[in-house]
Amino acid sequence: MATTRVVTATINGRETSFLCEPRQTLLEVLRDVLDQTGTKEGCSNGNCGACTVILNGRSVVSCLVLAVECQGATIETVEGLATADHLAPIQQAFLENAALQCGICTPGFLVAATALLRENPKPTEADVRWHLAGNLCRCTGYDKIIRAVLDAADRQPAATSKT
Amino acid sequence: MRNFDYAAPATLADTVKLLAGQNGRARPLAGGTDLIDHVRTGRLAPDIVVDIKQVPELNIFEFGPQSLRLGAAVPCWRVYGSDAIKADYAALADACMIIGGIQIQNRASVGGNLCNSGPAADSTPALIALGAVCVIAGAQGSREVPVEQFCTGPGKNILQPGELLVELRIPKPPANSGSHYRRFIPRNEMDIAVVGVGASVVLDAAKQTIVSGRIGLGAVAPTPLFAAAASAALAGKPATEATFRAAGEAARQSISPIDDMRGTREFRLQLTGVLVERVLTAAVERARSR
Ligand code: FES
Ligand code: FES
Repeated sequence: MATTRVVTATINGRETSFLCEPRQTLLEVLRDVLDQTGTKEGCSNGNCGACTVILNGRSVVSCLVLAVECQGATIETVEGLATADHLAPIQQAFLENAALQCGICTPGFLVAATALLRENPKPTEADVRWHLAGNLCRCTGYDKIIRAVLDAADRQPAATSKT
Repeated sequence: MRNFDYAAPATLADTVKLLAGQNGRARPLAGGTDLIDHVRTGRLAPDIVVDIKQVPELNIFEFGPQSLRLGAAVPCWRVYGSDAIKADYAALADACMIIGGIQIQNRASVGGNLCNSGPAADSTPALIALGAVCVIAGAQGSREVPVEQFCTGPGKNILQPGELLVELRIPKPPANSGSHYRRFIPRNEMDIAVVGVGASVVLDAAKQTIVSGRIGLGAVAPTPLFAAAASAALAGKPATEATFRAAGEAARQSISPIDDMRGTREFRLQLTGVLVERVLTAAVERARSR
């Protein structure tokens, strides 16, 4: 089957074209075709959240998205969070709260937390736990991750808070 | 993953033509949260995947005076994010909020949950409780089927090769009505129902007597069930604990649960009665507070 096609999407603010087959997931294309290996593969079946990216403004697991579906889409990955010389506040908060050990789950948590804080800049602890329930971590026991997200929320200017 | 062809038609007519021309080797793709995993594990082996998200009819989300029209590809987050859903179709919001985690809810559709036809699908008992009707399109034209007749076995449904679920039509509930869906799982989120119960009730003007009610059950039989006898028994009864308990008992008589890793048959029988009582209590509370 000659099914290879060209897909053009905006990835971390830059228009990017890539070749893919319909069977390739967005996760595969990000890592293996585009060399953007910040997005991690844990389970490849939608259970762990390690592969979380923001697709057209909403967090999704990239192992359950076909890359061909992304024609014209806007995609944000963990590589897009920091600027050249500054970590994003959420990354800084993870560092300062020691919210990671092995780190395999971290990119997924950072991206999922970024989506949460955009939607709900002042979440409660329950909001954070609920929103991050689709991200698994085998090392930290979650508490430090939750604390880091709440800390990042506290550092955001209060003016952006919505009720 | 095995390779397949991919198409993203822009119209319903083209979609039906594509699906019908493939002799059952085509699979529609909405959120992909079941489909992509099933292709990856080899459970499904389509020759072509037809992305239906560009088709306007499948994205319809309209509240009419008679009914809600919910396109089969509308994702869960849009459903529970809608105030009109929370007001009139609360059981559906309850279900959509607990299907997988946020990342799944951002992609997965109610239509897909139904078409995947798992016995424990969370949104199906809610749809049954709300009296939803499936609108199905095929090369031969379209047909309408009550949602409780849609699933025929685990992973199986009445769709013929080439047919497509286009939308769900859910009647607008009358005044003094309320609904709720709840499941039992060992943790709060990201799990599959041991038992799931959806119920809707319509109360009289004094909000003391149940005019009519519908109960949908999940994970207690090869398909989600409409608990017909338990539902019928609600009509004309006072909205009291004794009535809810009797309905729970009647619901237990209508199920055929199995033992599996999530729970035993005996546990599910017990649980069904308890959940029916609690879900009816909550549905009545909602009807009274509106
Ligand atoms: S790798 Fe995608 S959810 Fe685990
Ligand atoms: S830090 Fe190791 S899995 Fe989360």
